[in-house]
Parts: sequence; C-alpha cells; structure tokens
Amino acid sequence: MDSIAARDELAPAPTVGALFGGFLTLGLTGFGGVLPLARRLIVEDRRWLSAAEFTELLGLCQFLPGGNIINLSVAIGLRFRGVAGALAALIGLIAAPTAIVILLGLVYERFSGDAHVRHAFAGLAAAAAGLLIAMAVRIALPIRGNAAAIAIAALCFVGIAVLRLPLLPTMATLAALSIGVTWLTTRRGPR
Amino acid sequence: MSAVLLSLAAIFAELSLLAFGGGNTILPEMQRQVVDVHHWMDGRDFSAMYALAQAAPGPNMMIVTLVGWHVAGWPGAIATSLATFGPSSVLTALVTRVWQRFKDRPWRRIVQAGLVPITVGLVASSAALIARTADGDWTLAAITAAGAATMLTTRIHPLWVLAAGALAGLAGFGQP
Repeated sequence: MDSIAARDELAPAPTVGALFGGFLTLGLTGFGGVLPLARRLIVEDRRWLSAAEFTELLGLCQFLPGGNIINLSVAIGLRFRGVAGALAALIGLIAAPTAIVILLGLVYERFSGDAHVRHAFAGLAAAAAGLLIAMAVRIALPIRGNAAAIAIAALCFVGIAVLRLPLLPTMATLAALSIGVTWLTTRRGPR
Repeated sequence: MSAVLLSLAAIFAELSLLAFGGGNTILPEMQRQVVDVHHWMDGRDFSAMYALAQAAPGPNMMIVTLVGWHVAGWPGAIATSLATFGPSSVLTALVTRVWQRFKDRPWRRIVQAGLVPITVGLVASSAALIARTADGDWTLAAITAAGAATMLTTRIHPLWVLAAGALAGLAGFGQP
C-alpha cells in the first residue's frame, strides 16, 4: 500500500535530457553549497526520488571520496539512465560553473595589474578564508567532548598544516588509527 | 606541455580518490603540489583562485578547473576536471551497485565515523593555510575574522559575506 502511494507521488523516470537540464539548473543557481537546493529540486520539484531514497543515496555519496553533489549527480543519473544518464547529470552540473570560474579567472588575470581590482580580490580572498574557518568550526563541533577524535584531528592538523606532510601516507596512517580506535570504543561501549 | 598535463592529471586523480569529506579536505595537498612542489603559482594566487571558485555557483570543487586553466589553459582545465571528477565518479558508479549489501553493516558505520576526525583536521588545515596566504596584513585578517564571525552567528547568505569582503578590500584599508 505504502509503496503504491510512494510510486504514485513520484514522477516518471527522467530522460537523459531532463537529467542534464535539472543538474544544469543546480550548477547555475547553487551559490555557496548546492546540496540544500539539490534536495528541493530532486525531491520536491521534480519528484525524481522520495525523501528516503534521496537520504540513502546521499549517505552513499558522503561515504565515498569526492564532492558529495558530484557523486550524487553520478548516482542519480546512473540509476535512471545508466552511463549516459550519469554523464549527462555530471556534465550538466559542472558545465556552467566551469565557464563562470574561467571567466572570473580571466578577469583576475587581465586586471590584476590594476590596484583597485587587486584590492577587491584580496578582500574577496580574505572573506573566503573566513567562510572556510566558519566551516571548519561547524565541522569540528560534533567531535567536541570526544578526546580520541580531537587528538586524531589535532595530529592531522599538525601533519598537514604545520609539517606539510604529503596527504596519502598521512591520511592512510591516521585513518587506520582512527578507524581502529572507533572500532575499539564501539565494541566496548554499550550497544 | 604534455608533461605538465600528465603531472596535473596524476596529482588531481590522486586527490579525487582521497577527497573523503568533500572538496575542502584536499586543499592543503593541492596547494602543496601546485605551489610548493611544482611552483606553478604562488600562495596568493592559490588563495585568490579559491576565492574565485567560492564566488562562482556550483560544486565547491571548481577550484580544480581554475588551477588547471591557470597552469595550462583549456587543456589544463580539461585535464584537472577529468582527473578530479572521473575517478571518484567511477568509484561511485561501481559502489552504487553493491551499496544495498553493505550500507547497514557495522563496519560501514565504524569506517565512516572513523573518518570524521580526519575530515575535521583536514578542513581546519585548509582554513589555516588559505587564511595565512590570504591575510597579508591586519586589515585583511580583520575581514577574515569578521567573515568567519558573521557566518557562525547569523544565517546570512555566504555570497553577501564575499561581496562585503571584496568591497572592504576595494576601499583599500591599509593596503599598499
């Protein structure tokens, strides 16, 4: 009964063109994070996925390396239209942002000799650094009170930001350590 | 030229598969490779490109395209885009087919929870490195601090914070 109701509420599977168009819209309108917009477009407006399906696919995309929204475009495209759908969704998502960042890059290189432009870009870069600091604080909040997690995050910071060690060996070592510690504490802790 | 493209492709393919926690975790390694190891640009250029990518719409990984374009023009942009978006996308496509089988297994949750502190350390590293190169003097550092405080205490859209930063910079407080 439930599944019939859910199916009735969903739209028919999107075509390759619709996937491209949907993700093109997301790429063009998603300023400062595409994910909230993606949910609204995919679940509420186009009704390609139910809220539960969206959350499950997002879980997969957050588990794997790569940008969450990039992975999501591939997973959704693949689900409905196979490889062609995945390519259409991914290319749709990055086409417009690619053109726009290169345009901004051209402006930066063309006018970086001009003092006003240089000052504006310096202020822009300083503000962007502020956004990143705020994001770092937000991401760190959930591990407060967890001494082992804080210690591993601190080790990672020292290795990468202070000692400037290469990412691959640093991450392999710390991830093994961190997953081991998580495993031990989950085993010991109450279920 | 093709040697540069190959280097770009190799660097960004590795970053693609190490980007657990999204694009902001790989900035330190990207900066280390393109600034410290290969000297394709200086730290200020890298911070400016990060800022430009943030000011554009779309995924927060568009800096990779901009870095490739700066180093080797359109072929560079295509090389870094394919290398960054290709491997992780192929992995996603492959794992999608088996995800049902292991999404509820305990080890999947343990691995994911274990990666969280690494993501925290990497994003904090990104913030420290980007801020260090972006904040050449105390006025720019003040813009960074004000931007971070605004984002943490209000629900204002990030684009307004970027615009305010650019305007404050344009006013040229204390800059040479």
